[in-house]
Amino acid sequence: MDHLLALGDDALVAAQRLGEWVAAAPELEEDIALANIALDQLGAARMLLTYAGELEGAGRDEDALAYLRDDREFRNCLLVELPNGDFAVTMAKLLFLAAYQLPLYTALSGCADERLAAIAGKARKEVAYHLDHARLWTLRLGDGTAESHRRMQSAVDEIWPYTHELFQPDPTAPVDPAGLRAEFLAIVEPVLAEATLTRPADGWAPEGGRRGLHTEHLSYLLAEMQVLHRAHPGARW
Amino acid sequence: MSDHARTLPGAGDGGRTPSDDTSRPANGPARHGGWPLWEVFVRPRRGLAHHHVGSLHAPDAELALRNARDLYTRRQEGVSIWVVPAAAITASSPDEKDAFFDPAADKVYRHPTFYEVPEGAPHL
Repeated sequence: MDHLLALGDDALVAAQRLGEWVAAAPELEEDIALANIALDQLGAARMLLTYAGELEGAGRDEDALAYLRDDREFRNCLLVELPNGDFAVTMAKLLFLAAYQLPLYTALSGCADERLAAIAGKARKEVAYHLDHARLWTLRLGDGTAESHRRMQSAVDEIWPYTHELFQPDPTAPVDPAGLRAEFLAIVEPVLAEATLTRPADGWAPEGGRRGLHTEHLSYLLAEMQVLHRAHPGARW
Repeated sequence: MSDHARTLPGAGDGGRTPSDDTSRPANGPARHGGWPLWEVFVRPRRGLAHHHVGSLHAPDAELALRNARDLYTRRQEGVSIWVVPAAAITASSPDEKDAFFDPAADKVYRHPTFYEVPEGAPHL
């Protein structure tokens, strides 16, 4: 079930981070857009974690997996747990995440695991929109003013190293992410070029998220996300 | 453009235009300084016409369309969206209401109610 946790935790942590923009985005319209994207990711996370819990067979439901695991038990990539930074950093994170999730969900939607294929089929359409949103903003910020270009380039440079972890080989997964990097680059490189941004060189490649070794940022994120459920177990709206 | 025309419906009674946004009171930053206003039209189903559903701010048409999708079709309200720069709309002025609309009030013969409906044509 580790591959399901990787997918589900990526979506869950990305949703939590995007949710931090609610009521704080640069514009009301962008506020709603980011909240929509966060809710898409949360919806996918719920289905994936529910399925992971059932496969595990230990009686853990989506809430138990989301709220009662510690950071070492999370399998998300480091990219999604990084702080939002400025709007350019958030868009760089979203661009790279969506450019990874789109070919991944597309491949998974044809995999032998029918339930996972159905979840991926639904998520694929949502992620196509996330990619579109991040692409449009990357183009506008990269090819905008001198200041927006500077900040977008800085964001891409900052986040790029964390994209390598997305394509770590996992031969036991239904779709090995290692085979998706060419598709990722085919999506991302033209966007960066059109946005007049320099595609960073491949070098430093921090990793560990898939093994539960996270940055310190995840602990703070989980503290906020889990505090209510831990203080009031089983609390409901 | 005549003196009576406005660039936006309701501009005279509280509506906003892009130029209004840059001349806001000094008690807040002009947050929408560079972002023009767009009017949004949504077609709820095939066969129906697009209807005005509201407005939004966006830097350009492409993002206006996406913002409209996020703001006005979250609950499956539509199958097609138009966005139009609010500045491109010429609207009648409230000052002209009497001259524009009152003369139609006593011309009942303009309503198609003076015809016999043929038998067997209930939906004419």
